[in-house]
Amino acid sequence: MLRDITLGQYYPVDSVLHRLDPRTKLFGTLVYIVSLFMANSVWAYVAASVFLVAAIRLSKVPIKFMVRGLKSIVVLLLISVSFNLFLTPGTPIFKIGFLQMTWEGLEFAGFMAIRLVFLVMGSTILTLTTTPNQLTDGLEKSLGFLNHVGVPVHEVSMMMSIALRFIPILIEETDKIMKAQMARGADFESGNLIQKAKAMVPLLVPLFISAFRRATDLAMAMEARCYRGGEGRTKMKPLHYEKRDKITYGMYLLYFAVILAVRLAV
Amino acid sequence: MSIEIKHLNHIYGENTIFEQYALKDVNLTIHDGEFIGLIGHTGSGKSTLTQHLNGLLKASSGDILYNGESIYREGYSMKELRSKVGLVFQYPEHQLFEVDVFSDVCFGPKNQGLSQQEIENRAAEALRLVGLDESFYKQSPFELSGGQKRRVAIAGVLAMKPEVLILDEPTAGLDPKGRDDILGLVKKLHDEQKMTIILVSHSMEDVAKYVSRLVVMNHGEKVFDGTPKEVFRHYKELETIGLAAPQITYVVHALRERGILLDQDITTVEEARDAILSLWKKHTCTAQPHEHQENAGQMEETKC
Repeated sequence: MLRDITLGQYYPVDSVLHRLDPRTKLFGTLVYIVSLFMANSVWAYVAASVFLVAAIRLSKVPIKFMVRGLKSIVVLLLISVSFNLFLTPGTPIFKIGFLQMTWEGLEFAGFMAIRLVFLVMGSTILTLTTTPNQLTDGLEKSLGFLNHVGVPVHEVSMMMSIALRFIPILIEETDKIMKAQMARGADFESGNLIQKAKAMVPLLVPLFISAFRRATDLAMAMEARCYRGGEGRTKMKPLHYEKRDKITYGMYLLYFAVILAVRLAV
Repeated sequence: MSIEIKHLNHIYGENTIFEQYALKDVNLTIHDGEFIGLIGHTGSGKSTLTQHLNGLLKASSGDILYNGESIYREGYSMKELRSKVGLVFQYPEHQLFEVDVFSDVCFGPKNQGLSQQEIENRAAEALRLVGLDESFYKQSPFELSGGQKRRVAIAGVLAMKPEVLILDEPTAGLDPKGRDDILGLVKKLHDEQKMTIILVSHSMEDVAKYVSRLVVMNHGEKVFDGTPKEVFRHYKELETIGLAAPQITYVVHALRERGILLDQDITTVEEARDAILSLWKKHTCTAQPHEHQENAGQMEETKC
């Protein structure tokens, strides 16, 4: 039952976007988000759409996976659109009681919706084409400068990778313990909220114990292999930029220039 | 009183690209009071099969009859099935959660909705069966040794008074003494409590010594089904699916190749010892003394 959950959203195919350095993709997502907030005219949104569609095509990920990410923001989208529709002052279209819909509100809400959808799809492309481990690697390297102000970047990213690595293990463990308790007659489904919460005890206690046991074992194994934090540590697969990354950065620059030009011209 | 498995199929990830057969047309009848060994290498479908028997997994197709009644029939009580078919998972000590041994063993019968008195009687009875006396009752299950924890966990299932007991590699990770204790306990449950036992195992020595019927799984299919002696006669085929006969069987076959004609169906060290001794006695009675001068001393001690 829990077996069907896949970790993160990574979609394993081989595409240019998958092969890009994670830093390039992180930076690109950042550029894209900034550009969306700078866009204030139809032409800027056209440029943003072209950029997004190109990225989706290059990623070779089926469009339905992109759209799936939108499900989580439907409520947010509805709320912000209706607020903008009815609460923006301007030329009224119609009026119901104290609520009035305006042309300005319609325009604003439309752009707002597009902005939100693009925002989510843009960052979905990042998580669909980058494994969680690549992502933490990229973050560690990009945020390396924070080391100088006393942020333990390596340690934080190591914790993140370990946490991600443990999710499937814990899912499997949960599945096993659940079945073992069900074999002893435990019932996780029926009953009211309090009964259900109580029924979780036989599941959670063994799960925590096993998580602590695994953590101790892992710490021991890391120490046995002389792990001592990030200082002076080298990587087996160091990140380095390829030609394709440089080209991509060039494209970001071009895209950003277009957005900037449109903003200044309008 | 029997379990009948009919054309059982189980497919993981049905209708996705990850579709995979875990069980393929398995047919098996388990009679009352049998002691069955279920062997197969990792991923052969043993654990998947056992989880079907108490309804934890639902078959993709096929049927399972418990005492002649299909467990997939609408309205069939899975809870009742689970109290009749007890399943002890691999590393069962990982399921312990209560503050003391006694309350942990009570968990099963409590879920069956019995009276407090009955729950306690059953827990005490189960702990007695696994050989843990009253001094253990109030101890935390997490402070016990590996073998003791496992016995507590087994008691947790026994307290539900199952008619059929399935044990998934009950000896994994135990030392030789712990292993013998647990297997001795299982045998006792079979002999004295008349339970039907299904023992999933990796150890050919263990199954050869204890079980009366052996079922071999490979890639989700049943490949052999018979007494251990019948099955181990196919030791060459067993090797091709990543299994083997008990080591002593190899010794016996090697001896036969050198002209020492022992029974080829020997599967335990004890049988081999007896067979070799009886052969030895026969041999020493007929042998010419001068041929075995170096063993002369020993031979004189042997009575014909």
